[in-house]
Amino acid sequence: MTSPIRTRVSRDSEKRRDLLERMVLQGPGFLFITIFMATPITLVAIYSIFQRGRFGGIVYKATTENFTRALDPVYLGVLTDSLKIAGITTVLAIAIGYPTAYAIAKLPTKWRSIALVLVVMPFWTNFLIRTYSWIMLLNREGLLNHALMKFNIIHTPLDLLYTQSAVVVGLLYGYLPLMILPLYASIERLDPQLGEAAANLGATKARAFFSLTLPLTASGLIAGSIFVFIPSLGNFIVPELLGGGKTVMVGNLIRDQFLKARDWPFGSVLALSVIALVFIFFMLQNAVEKRFSSDASE
Amino acid sequence: MMPVNKTLRKIRPLKVILFGTFAFLYIPIFALMAMSFNGSHSPFILKGFSFRWYSVLMHDSRVIHGLINTLIVATGSTILSSVLGTLLAVGLHRYTKSSFLNAFALAPAIVPDIVLGIGLLALYALLSVSLGLYSVLLAHVVFSMAFVTAVVKARLAHTDKYLREASMDLGATRTSTFLRITVPSLAPAILAGALLAFTLSLDEFVIAFFTNGPTTPTLPIVIYSMVRFGVTPEINALATLLMLVSFTAVIIAQRMTRPTEDE
Amino acid sequence: MTTESKNLIEIKNLTHDYGSVRALDNVSLEIRENEFFALLGPSGCGKTTLLRILAGFETPLEGSVTLAGVDLISLPANKRPINLMFQSYALFPHMNVGQNVAYGLEREKLPKAQIKERVEEVLKTVGLQDKVKARPSQLSGGQRQRVALARAIVKRPKLLLLDEPLSALDRKVRSEMQLELKRLQLEVGITFVVVTHDQEEAMSMADRIAVMVEGTVGQVDSPVDLYQRPSTAYVGDFIGESNFFDGVVVAEGIKHASLGILPGNRYGKDISGEAHLLIRPEDLRVAVSGEHSIPTLVQDVQFYGGASTLVLGIEGRSAPILMSQPGATTAQRGAMVNLTWDPLKAIVLPRDARRSAL
Repeated sequence: MTSPIRTRVSRDSEKRRDLLERMVLQGPGFLFITIFMATPITLVAIYSIFQRGRFGGIVYKATTENFTRALDPVYLGVLTDSLKIAGITTVLAIAIGYPTAYAIAKLPTKWRSIALVLVVMPFWTNFLIRTYSWIMLLNREGLLNHALMKFNIIHTPLDLLYTQSAVVVGLLYGYLPLMILPLYASIERLDPQLGEAAANLGATKARAFFSLTLPLTASGLIAGSIFVFIPSLGNFIVPELLGGGKTVMVGNLIRDQFLKARDWPFGSVLALSVIALVFIFFMLQNAVEKRFSSDASE
Repeated sequence: MMPVNKTLRKIRPLKVILFGTFAFLYIPIFALMAMSFNGSHSPFILKGFSFRWYSVLMHDSRVIHGLINTLIVATGSTILSSVLGTLLAVGLHRYTKSSFLNAFALAPAIVPDIVLGIGLLALYALLSVSLGLYSVLLAHVVFSMAFVTAVVKARLAHTDKYLREASMDLGATRTSTFLRITVPSLAPAILAGALLAFTLSLDEFVIAFFTNGPTTPTLPIVIYSMVRFGVTPEINALATLLMLVSFTAVIIAQRMTRPTEDE
Repeated sequence: MTTESKNLIEIKNLTHDYGSVRALDNVSLEIRENEFFALLGPSGCGKTTLLRILAGFETPLEGSVTLAGVDLISLPANKRPINLMFQSYALFPHMNVGQNVAYGLEREKLPKAQIKERVEEVLKTVGLQDKVKARPSQLSGGQRQRVALARAIVKRPKLLLLDEPLSALDRKVRSEMQLELKRLQLEVGITFVVVTHDQEEAMSMADRIAVMVEGTVGQVDSPVDLYQRPSTAYVGDFIGESNFFDGVVVAEGIKHASLGILPGNRYGKDISGEAHLLIRPEDLRVAVSGEHSIPTLVQDVQFYGGASTLVLGIEGRSAPILMSQPGATTAQRGAMVNLTWDPLKAIVLPRDARRSAL
């Protein structure tokens, strides 16, 4: 009466139905991502090793010229500037975001959700408009100069706009909510008794923060840093609007290579460098997270 | 009431920080909103309350045209990305443990937009696709879908994993289980994801900048060309209106994703 | 339940693996028509796997399952005349009670009027006729379970599977539902198979119980027989309280290394060599002088109102002996008690590695 063959037949037909279902569910989405994300990025990678045509376009002759050109001090300078600006923005976002997230987590429950909505709100406002609002504030005839002169703090308007600092402020303004939210999520999960336990064991406040709070909120800190660093690095709107022509970041360079200079291969190399930097940042994050999580679980 | 006073005292410096942060976040927005009702032509001279710039805005054909284009793109990409994202989320939840495939599904949300933008431009050029609204729409689907997938997947982790088996047990086929049980029980998350997709597409500039056709600018592209040439009061009015729309959307989304009592 | 009643489910040589773990190992079992059957065992014993195979959510590696002579394994879950009440109830959160119950009938494409009638009827049976429009989230645990039950029985299945039906309920609702399930089973005349790890639940409701051990069926019997005539030491130990003595089989019972001959009964089974002797606490009594007995020391006295339990120690043995007596006892801690028992109530069981390891 045992029927291994029959059970195998029904098992196989069940497996076939599962496979069909999986293909119907996942197929369209993955196909879409393959065509509209994986292929474009692959194309960028491929173009980076070819030559540009005289009137734009691609000449399919392999060359390393695009890469050596990226190492030219002019372009390397832009890359390091971009890294510096994105880095400073991220650090400032942590410096403001961490205490803010901590303060929100310590609010009474009722106020907490309101504070969170208030943090998210500006983020859902058009990025261009938010950046533009700082032109109004920082302009020579802008509100900030206006106010400073009215209160006789200064007598001639300051050149606040079109500086690297203005770019940092613009990026910070644009992405600060993305730092606060994940930080809040990880701080909120903290057990308040942990701090008390550490105090009982004789840890000073600073020590308790560095040995307990920081490692336990590392995941939020890292997620927030990614959310701020990556879009800051590739941004070209803020440098253009708030940095004037003076502050050029790698995003501006890429855009210009693709739309103005029509040098796609070189633009591709620059885009790859952004991907590489993002990738390095991710690796770094992974390593840090691993260390912290093993520390925390000890 | 002792402990309350104690905590209040302890968090006073934190409160200062909180107010500082909110001031930083909101002063630019409120300044914009206030200026939108300023009758003066120069944004830096205050001259009485007026709806003048709203009326200018309403008669600006570029803005209206851009708005219509944006609504077409946002609606289309929202519908497509909600369907694809929901299917993908359910499929991943049910069948895929591979962290690579899960990461791949969410990657479009993480790839820098400028890279995606130029990549898509390269792809469209290679395929000799002439750029227009649909090329923006398709580009928006790919990253919106990642957000819908993430939202729906998060919800799936909290729904009863036996609902599907219960439905089959009661005689339903796979298809009717998906349509009658899986989708309705995920409805709040799908709606929240769709709202997210819609708002993202509404505001998206960088990818649209690279993939749109010369005659079909979306609203953010119109805004870009306006702000590039300095300060015009009309933008303040537009900004105020857009912010109102976004704020309403955020509040609705917030309500929809709020955990219900059956969890 | 007479032994002549027909078999509804016949399970033959069922074997199933999860990866490299053997979940079921050559299981054969019959479930009779209209009986209240329980699959009892600790977690990981394979009872849930068996349930999922019966429901159609799992296809076994080998073996056959028939329902009234018809092969079940080739039928997908949605075509089986079997319904399952899930442990989590799995009520559809976006539908009200009426819609939840009607769902299964709608899948059968029954006329609307008939569906309405049957839904009303079944909700009356479970006492929820006034909750038709309520959402699952508005119901109490007990009410949710009734909805889950109604949703399953409204389909008039040949077999109803219940996965840990009482585990999510608090104590009071539990005993209420226990009676209710039993009443319903008699009323609707459907064969019930309950999967549970709780022996009280199984013992109080089931007509017959299959005790499952590590992917195999240890013993299938009525609750009384399971308790009084366990076929293995493992089952005897798993069901109820028990005292075990280890020794070598002799004609009168077993020969214990230090206590000498302990009388017992093999009940016709052919057992030799090393063996266990099982005596239930209530079968032990204090010996009158002159009787063959074991001297013990009272270590503790526990009084439970209706009965008392004496915890007794024997020199050279670490496991205490439990003896229960009706009502209060006069025994004091520290006193000596001479134990004896009716040899017919002491069962000699073959040596069981699992039992010896305990």
